[in-house]
Amino acid sequence: MTTSRLLSLEHWKGWLWSVIRFVLITGLSFVILFPIFQKISTSIKDKGDLYSAVVVWIPQNFSIDNFQQAIRVMDYWATLFNTFALSATTTLLTTASCALAGYGFARLKFKGSNLLFAGVILTILVPPTTILIPVYLNLKSFDLMGLMTLITGKSVNLLNTYWPFILTAITANSLKAGLYIFIFRQFFRGIPKEVEEAAYVDGAGIGRTFARIMLPNAIPSMVTVMLFSFVWQWNDSFYTTTYLTSSKVMSTQLSSLPYNLAQQVSDGASKADPFYLSMIQDTGILLAILPLIVIYLFVQRYFVESVERTGIVG
Amino acid sequence: MWGVIYVLPWLVGFVLFFFIPLLASLRYSMSTIQANAEGIAIQFTGVANYIQALTVNTSFNRALIESITDVLVNVPLIVIFSLFLAVILNQKFRGRAVARSIFFLPVILASGVIMSLESTSLIDAVNQNSTGGSALGTFELENLMLDAGVSEWIVTYLSSAVDRIYQIVSQSGVQILIFLAGIQTISPQLYEASKMEGATGYEAFWKITFPMVSPLIFVNAIYTIIDSFANNAMTELIRDTGFVKFDFGLSSAMAWVYFLAIAIILVIVSIMFSKRVFYQD
Repeated sequence: MTTSRLLSLEHWKGWLWSVIRFVLITGLSFVILFPIFQKISTSIKDKGDLYSAVVVWIPQNFSIDNFQQAIRVMDYWATLFNTFALSATTTLLTTASCALAGYGFARLKFKGSNLLFAGVILTILVPPTTILIPVYLNLKSFDLMGLMTLITGKSVNLLNTYWPFILTAITANSLKAGLYIFIFRQFFRGIPKEVEEAAYVDGAGIGRTFARIMLPNAIPSMVTVMLFSFVWQWNDSFYTTTYLTSSKVMSTQLSSLPYNLAQQVSDGASKADPFYLSMIQDTGILLAILPLIVIYLFVQRYFVESVERTGIVG
Repeated sequence: MWGVIYVLPWLVGFVLFFFIPLLASLRYSMSTIQANAEGIAIQFTGVANYIQALTVNTSFNRALIESITDVLVNVPLIVIFSLFLAVILNQKFRGRAVARSIFFLPVILASGVIMSLESTSLIDAVNQNSTGGSALGTFELENLMLDAGVSEWIVTYLSSAVDRIYQIVSQSGVQILIFLAGIQTISPQLYEASKMEGATGYEAFWKITFPMVSPLIFVNAIYTIIDSFANNAMTELIRDTGFVKFDFGLSSAMAWVYFLAIAIILVIVSIMFSKRVFYQD
């Protein structure tokens, strides 16, 4: 008698918690997805629907005019190509260099390696703003310890080229690279020593062991790092707006979008309607994040499932 | 020996793109810099730039205090919120995979330009006005809590958290990820044993989950602090001073004061945590 009552109480508690959990998760998911839905709804509206009182979500007159305008003003296809090329290059180079460094710090201890790792932590802690100006001046007249002057006779201006990104990526010092080195180090530390020793016994060198045994095992953490690095490079406005002012990549185009819109969408004499401009601007944001969402849809399953094995925790 | 080779690419970059610039920035912060066609002329002026930043410049102190209060207010909220969500997302329920991928979406979307353009979007503003109810809702709740005798300070803190829920959700993607990964490393036997002893889910959380993830609370607190310091009014001001007004010296001095402020906060947080964190060894 008493046990059955207790059981039912447990049952009710479990049921109540499920309901609360469902409401919470749905609510918060809604908060996250709402801006995206809103942008989609705005982007397919016709100009006339803006002031129509009947239209809230589903437009009365569908129109792709917003997309056409945004694509034209942003020079979308060229921008997309540039951004993709930039992000993909830095992602591959950063992942490679950070994996090397992470492995070096995790497994190949040498004199002073702890001190150097403190250096990695320091790169995470110091805000990029602090070193922005010297790096900027350095890149403006790039001169590798006088090497450039020796070869070409003068220093080179690397601003408005992709070189700053490529160079920092090769040397594991690009955007948030410290974090990636940290992730890789934690992961490699978690792999049992026996795996490595077995490979050595079989006659593999350090380079071979790393390439054949360690890297294939590190795929979960590589996916994480690659996704982070691609996305953050794609969205980055800090470095791109400083180093790449005249090149057409997504974040510079986005940050100058309000200005460009005001310049290019007015009908000659009269100033364009600010609400209309805002509508195109929202469409532009949607276009900028759309590729990311598509990529995420493809990798999210792998990403989410591999989280438990990334070794962020250590 | 091999270790050096693996670390070498990073080391070159560290020296070229971090360490030398860091020293240069310290030097610039104590100099006046004249940039002309020939290059730059640097003149040592001691702490003049620091004095100017702290006493003469009109926006520096305000921006600094604003960014610091912002961080102090947001960090506890983000850490608690993401721990709570990680615990929920770890439970078994239908649609968990979908819920997880939605909650990691902000990692992808919430950054830089997109955020700043969102805040200027007229369409969003209008839509928020027309829905409107949310402010009223928190208002009612506020009165309810005040009547119940909750201290006013806590009430304002919580209701402001509710109003900024989007900001908090969108800043906690990475933290949820870290907590979730941590929770999944806790051995299930611990929970089974405690269940046999008759512990409730509530007790299991405070006695098992919480101590086991406490090192990660520390990691997340640090990450959140750094993350929220990376892009705000202060960094904007530093950039403007450097690249719009071309006052590199003043800008560097501001950046160093800012860095020191962050460093002090990080040290305080580390001390606070170091005594309470439980390490399983």
